[in-house]
Amino acid sequence: MTTNTKQSQLAANRGRLFKDRATRWGVTFGGGMVLIALLLIFFYLLYVVEPIFRSVDVNKQHEFDIPGGGSTLAMGVEEQSEIGYRFNDLGELIFFATEASERLNRNVGDVLLSELVTNSVPTAFAMTAPQNNRYALAHSQGQVTVVQPKFRVSFPNDLRTIEPVIDIISGAEPLQVDERGQAIRKLAYDYDGESMLFAAVTDDNRFIVNKFVGSENFMTGAVELAPNFTEVEFNGTVDELEVTPDLRQIFARKGNRIYVFEVGINGEVSESQLLTVNAKELGNVTTMELLAGASSLVIGHDSGAISQWFQVPSATGRQYEYIRKFQAAEAAITEIVVEYYRRTFYAIDANGELGVFHTTSEANLYQERPADVAAERAVIDPRANSLMVQANNKMHFYDLDNEHPEVSWSGIWQEVWYEGYPEPTYTWQSTSGSDDFEPKFSLVPISFGTIKAAAYAMLVAVPLGLAAAVYTAYFMSPSVRKVVKPTVELMEALPTVILGFLAGLWLAPVIEQYLPGIVSVLILIPLTIILLAFISTKLPLKIRQQLTDGRAALILLPFILFVGWASFAASPLVEEFLFDGNVRGFITNELGVTFDQRNSIVVGVAMGFAVIPTIFSIAEDAVFSVPKHLSNGSLALGATTWQTLTKVVLLTASPGIFSAVMMGLGRAVGETMIVLMATGNTPIMDWNIFEGMRTLSANIAVEMPESEVGGTHYRILFLAAFVLFIFTFMFNTVAELVRQRLRDKYSSM
Amino acid sequence: MNHWFKSGKPWIWLTAGAVSVSLIAVIGLLLMIAWRGLSFFWPAPIHEMEVQTPTGETTILIGERYETEEIPVSRLNESGVFLEDYELPVLQRYLIKVGNREYVPLDFTWVLEPAIVSDTTPKDLAVIERSKDGNFYGYPVDVLQNGESVLTSQDNLRDVLFERIERAVEFNKQAMALQNDEISTINYQIEQLRLERRGLQLEGKLTPAEEDRIESEQTQLRADYMAIEKELFALRDLAGRDAVVMRDMRGEEVALPMYRVLDVTFPNDMNIFQKWAHFFVQVGKFVSEDPREANTEGGVFPAIFGTVFMVLLMSVLVTPFGVIAAVYLHEYAGKNIVTRVIRIAVINLAGVPSIVYGVFGLGFFVYMVGGTLDQIFYPESLPTPTFGTPGVLWSAITLAILTLPVVIVSTEEGLSRIPSTLREGSLALGATKAETIWRIILPMASPAIMTGLILAVARAAGEVAPLMLVGVVKSAPMLPVDGNFPYFHVDRKFMHLGFHIYDVGFQSPNVEAARPLVYATSFLLVTVIVGLNLTAIGVRNHLREKYRSLEH
Repeated sequence: MTTNTKQSQLAANRGRLFKDRATRWGVTFGGGMVLIALLLIFFYLLYVVEPIFRSVDVNKQHEFDIPGGGSTLAMGVEEQSEIGYRFNDLGELIFFATEASERLNRNVGDVLLSELVTNSVPTAFAMTAPQNNRYALAHSQGQVTVVQPKFRVSFPNDLRTIEPVIDIISGAEPLQVDERGQAIRKLAYDYDGESMLFAAVTDDNRFIVNKFVGSENFMTGAVELAPNFTEVEFNGTVDELEVTPDLRQIFARKGNRIYVFEVGINGEVSESQLLTVNAKELGNVTTMELLAGASSLVIGHDSGAISQWFQVPSATGRQYEYIRKFQAAEAAITEIVVEYYRRTFYAIDANGELGVFHTTSEANLYQERPADVAAERAVIDPRANSLMVQANNKMHFYDLDNEHPEVSWSGIWQEVWYEGYPEPTYTWQSTSGSDDFEPKFSLVPISFGTIKAAAYAMLVAVPLGLAAAVYTAYFMSPSVRKVVKPTVELMEALPTVILGFLAGLWLAPVIEQYLPGIVSVLILIPLTIILLAFISTKLPLKIRQQLTDGRAALILLPFILFVGWASFAASPLVEEFLFDGNVRGFITNELGVTFDQRNSIVVGVAMGFAVIPTIFSIAEDAVFSVPKHLSNGSLALGATTWQTLTKVVLLTASPGIFSAVMMGLGRAVGETMIVLMATGNTPIMDWNIFEGMRTLSANIAVEMPESEVGGTHYRILFLAAFVLFIFTFMFNTVAELVRQRLRDKYSSM
Repeated sequence: MNHWFKSGKPWIWLTAGAVSVSLIAVIGLLLMIAWRGLSFFWPAPIHEMEVQTPTGETTILIGERYETEEIPVSRLNESGVFLEDYELPVLQRYLIKVGNREYVPLDFTWVLEPAIVSDTTPKDLAVIERSKDGNFYGYPVDVLQNGESVLTSQDNLRDVLFERIERAVEFNKQAMALQNDEISTINYQIEQLRLERRGLQLEGKLTPAEEDRIESEQTQLRADYMAIEKELFALRDLAGRDAVVMRDMRGEEVALPMYRVLDVTFPNDMNIFQKWAHFFVQVGKFVSEDPREANTEGGVFPAIFGTVFMVLLMSVLVTPFGVIAAVYLHEYAGKNIVTRVIRIAVINLAGVPSIVYGVFGLGFFVYMVGGTLDQIFYPESLPTPTFGTPGVLWSAITLAILTLPVVIVSTEEGLSRIPSTLREGSLALGATKAETIWRIILPMASPAIMTGLILAVARAAGEVAPLMLVGVVKSAPMLPVDGNFPYFHVDRKFMHLGFHIYDVGFQSPNVEAARPLVYATSFLLVTVIVGLNLTAIGVRNHLREKYRSLEH
């Protein structure tokens, strides 16, 4: 009987012990969760940010014999990387499979469609900018056939099937580009959606330009082309020709000199600039190409260098200028391939090395022989997901992983010379309406904005918060303190969206309207307080004794209110007499400073207001927890209260005060809604107190909803969040470490 | 004097001044929000003013005095306005809300004080609150039924008007109920059927029998829909029968269709009790009605509902974790480096900017976790995301992490106030540590946990920045709770009071008209949050007193 009870007790105890242990594990795990949560945030942000700093990955898929005969004039790959095509020097356009498919019975390298697009061997060949995807082949009588390889996508049985189609744009009859009917030796061509521009050099060495202006026939809707033929005077032989896709400029290269011609709406041609390439520094020119967006010219040199040139505003209008160079290879550059939409280019040198570069970020993303193949020609697909290289009578097909070439560490934190800008700048401009836009991802202006906003907020919050904390902790009687402290701390609970709303819609207009009032408040209130302090010394002793227990703060209330009200009431009068009734005009015209309604004063006051309770609360605790025997000892030795405060109490509490300021700074740096609503959110770099700013946090709030998931912009915004995380992590950790030390110190006192 | 400065007295007074300034700032701010927020509901008198235009003619303005400001005369001169016979350097001007948006170019207008020839508040002036185009100010003249006057004499104008408005409002209410309940249920069911069909198709189980069943159910639902739609149109026709004729400030008589009229008031003809009654009715409408006209009019009920729902969901998530972490830190953790690191992690979780939580929530919860859930459980509705899009669940989880430190710190403080003698007593009597914590410590700490939870709720209710990324929208057509199975739709987006303030105050087309509403919303939010905080402080103080007595 007894053994039974004992056994059941034992079993019960075992159960209890098991529960106890399980609880211990569970609770420990729960405590660890806090750490895990923080680490998860850190590593997740890092995980999203990391791909933007990756370099290019090139993975070989397969190789096959070059489909069709002849030597390659140009080649291309369709968007889905399933079909490639090439033009050969016999005038054939050959489509071939670049991806095997059992369903369609296709093997890699199979010719899918091959057609002669000219009836004679082409004398010259030209292609448009990659996104236009049109090709021009010249006949011997000065005629040109324009061809566009197209792809018909259909979904039989919900499965994507792509079929190649040849579209002869110029129709049955080729276009007569040279009116004298001479054979064309060199050709450049582009198309702007309506009109076409040809620049050519003929057999008899004439430089001709022909612009076919397109106009829609209202009756039939068909586009009719009207030629505008011009012969341009040009001394010497043209080595290379280029036409911009907006049909406004022609580049003609003769050795190391590039002549820039402007083309009018009706094909009138005038020379506008002569670029002379410094061959000593860069090497002789071997090839040139227009970058995506057609604002930049990239030039390959025989030294292996590639230089970028674009138009920069100058005294004589917009002129092409040398901007930067890439040491792309050891040997001469033989070909430059540009991407469809981004400012990435691919260069091949005489040794068959491939280099991948991005102009804006000045990034060198890849530089070697892809899978040890000496490349001769290369092409990429419109989405830049695959690379096709011709080498040694074979076609090599690669997967290309180049997601975020626009970003590099130096591009984010250093000055970058953007297309069309007169000089290198720090600029944040992530999106625009046009496809040709060069994104400008410099985090410097928005980091600057963050620091500026935090600095103005701290300017307001630190003096007020610390002074209030010292008075509350050191001078106030417990009964008053019990009311005052929670009241000030209540500020912390106020939603920042309300502070931001008041700052933007109430405070900003008030400050604009009563600027003299604001200034006089800043001067008059301290003066009034000191005056009152002086008066108080003249009061009878009986009343003075009443004031000692920290009621001064309450006594001051009505006086401060009155001075504040009086300053604002007198503000229009002051404005009238001192500034002719228009302070804003005075600031803009006389001081030459820009004045925005939503400016740093507004942010400083509103965010200062939000930060005061943080600083107040921690600093007050620090001052209050200074052991009483220290201050009592000091007072007993004959020091005045003020001496005790500054020499003993504040010194002892200084780590706590420091940690309060750090915490406040952390809060000011990360605050979102106030800056979002109370500043103009313009990413400018200027300490001007009358202008706004754009901060990291507000920038995220504004741009995150419109960024494409997984895109460069999205990841850059994650980087901004990561920077904020690190900023605040440092401030908070330092503050907490200091506080922990302080706590240890006091516990021993 | 110099000696006096050296004594430090003036500096002490300056620190006292800092306290005063802080107090003025807090209390002034709260009072201002309260004043502006509440005055929105107070029936403002309607003025009829004769105003002299710069060309010398006089026109009549009818409207509410919205704002008064003082400006220097010279600034007026600069903008090309000159006043004769005016000597003072500063003058007053009023912003008048004239309403009648469809008849006048601007529904707000500035009037200079010296330009006002006469200013009266006639008792017959009425404000008509409408469901479209905002308020209408004018004199009611006639009530029409199918275009014919139904007035027997001028004396019963108001009675007839009130009666007809009540009738129209009643019909509108019925139509609204039809639309919100039955039609939305049918739409929901049709959508569910479509998803079911797609799901079966994806699994390859879509047999002709199943297809027929779904088809017939859909046909049935469409037939139901047609019937209800007919009913709806009938109600609308009934509501559209009457009209009220008003004489506006141009002196013209215009007929306003009754189905757009929500209410009519004669604020100039109210005594103080009527005004108070009107005030409370307006407050009631504000918290219980849906917003109208792109959120610039009407109530904020969906925002209140969304905020409360999200915060409740968050509380359920944050409390267990916060309490466990606090128990760990206070009861289990040793004095070692791990504990220190965890404490630093707590402080950092509290200090990380809220927008960073938003970014994390968007990337991790919404796109990563939500996207995965969609692929596993909701393949039939892809590519439309179910959980892979911002929603109330993700908002609640994100805010739960954000408010975790609040609960931890508060709970730990509560735990540290429980005298250790109690623990020791329990252990000495043979209880295990787990039993001590579960039976003795946690019940005693429950007010502290409560405090932490209240503070967390207050924090979450006011947080906007992360929500903008993980689930809040300016206008949610459906509440996250409704009568359709499974009743709680945590994947839906929701409205939030804080975001409502940002959206209406900064993104709305007519900021001037919406501003009082924003103040009212702010007041509501501040009341809730300050109330919660004061409760928390109260609970905490009570707790301190309680344990102080235990220690002796």
